[in-house]
Amino acid sequence: MKYDVAIIGGGVIGSAIAYNLTKQGMKNIAVFEKSYIASGATGRCGGGIRQQWASPENCKLAIRSVKLFESLDDELDYKTEYYQGGYLLLAYGDDEMHQFDKNVKMQRNAGVPVRILNTSEIKSMYPFLNLDGVSCGAYCPTDGHANPMLVNQAYANAARRNGAKIHLFTEVKSIKRDGNRLISLKTSDGQEYETGCIINAAGGFSSEIAEMAGISVPTRSQRHEALITEPLEHFMDPLIISFHHHIYFRQTMHGSVLMGYGDANEPYSHNVESSIEFLKTMSRQITSLVPGMKKVKIVRQWAGSYNMTPDAQPIIGKMPELENYYQAIGFSGHGLMLAPAVAEIIADLVTNGKTDYDYSGLTIERFLSGKDFSTEKAVV
Amino acid sequence: MDNSNIICRCEDITEDEIRQAIRENGFTTIDEVRKNIRAGMGMCQGRTCQALVRRILSEETGKKPEEILPPKNRQPSKPTEISVFLEEK
Repeated sequence: MKYDVAIIGGGVIGSAIAYNLTKQGMKNIAVFEKSYIASGATGRCGGGIRQQWASPENCKLAIRSVKLFESLDDELDYKTEYYQGGYLLLAYGDDEMHQFDKNVKMQRNAGVPVRILNTSEIKSMYPFLNLDGVSCGAYCPTDGHANPMLVNQAYANAARRNGAKIHLFTEVKSIKRDGNRLISLKTSDGQEYETGCIINAAGGFSSEIAEMAGISVPTRSQRHEALITEPLEHFMDPLIISFHHHIYFRQTMHGSVLMGYGDANEPYSHNVESSIEFLKTMSRQITSLVPGMKKVKIVRQWAGSYNMTPDAQPIIGKMPELENYYQAIGFSGHGLMLAPAVAEIIADLVTNGKTDYDYSGLTIERFLSGKDFSTEKAVV
Repeated sequence: MDNSNIICRCEDITEDEIRQAIRENGFTTIDEVRKNIRAGMGMCQGRTCQALVRRILSEETGKKPEEILPPKNRQPSKPTEISVFLEEK
């Protein structure tokens, strides 16, 4: 059996790449997913979709993604609960306020319709927030959120309809390499598939897959925990982030409030178990910011992996030493929101060898050259 | 055949909706049904409907009920007020 393209990982990245390849006319392609669609990081993520980034290139990538999200339900014929309720980032103290001012200027220049809100504007728009210590907010009304499971399933179904083969519960165990070419891969069901090229979209396990191809990538997985509450009457539109509290939260279309806390001391591992410590910390942080949440019930908690890179920005494109290997890895917690645009880049590269996107800041080269790189700070 | 029986009482999901989702998306696990159409995702976390969803999956996929992967159990075991976790030290 031979595929022109073998995509490893059926998360939103792999599924969106599969769809875009079929959209560009490729048929003989396959996705290998070790469990079910969205079983890994995608299905565990917060679902936020934002354009407020720390570099103009990332902003432009995110702007393109949002453009694609706006028509995604129609294009894929699936309801993904995409909702442009905005993103509100809260600044605490003068330093963060100055940083926000700088970021917003840069982001506006890049085309993001973001603006600074003063505390009285925030107070009138979001009266449920306790604004003690808040110096200002950065608000972008065209940011938003979607249901990650549904976005992922939408891409997978559309790819399948267009002829892509999706092998579920099929784990890639090894990759055969000859010089600078990858030849074939072996899967957990004992099959071997020859392949024209391999795309690493393995999320939390991206470095293990790279290792199978005989290369090394600087990605490491880190647990991030989240919880969801009972459904409440609709009371908030945006996803709200406080870097000061290390938290984000949003209200889903179902009414539940989904929230997560980024623990800076979390060690790198594949641990995706939930902890009681998280419940305590999250409860403390959310009630400090939204005092009215005290009486709300938590229904469920879970955890997933951020696939981190040294600068918290993804690694996209080829490896210098391999002719027929592509990667879209290390999204550092932002894979869902970038998936539509990144999938277009990878599909362009595979089918045409080039793309109109400027993704030069996101290739592996930044880690190979010994140059200094700037870290994306806007990560929770 | 009209199967408008409510299977998931917390989330108001009917047998038809579950069967249709399984057929259209090729679901084979309880987790996929839960996460995509919310059957078993409500306040009781599937205590009432999980066995029924398993039986429907078994009928739709031809697998034996015991071959159908169970969902991951998530804490807390019952919905718990946020304030409870504030009191704990």
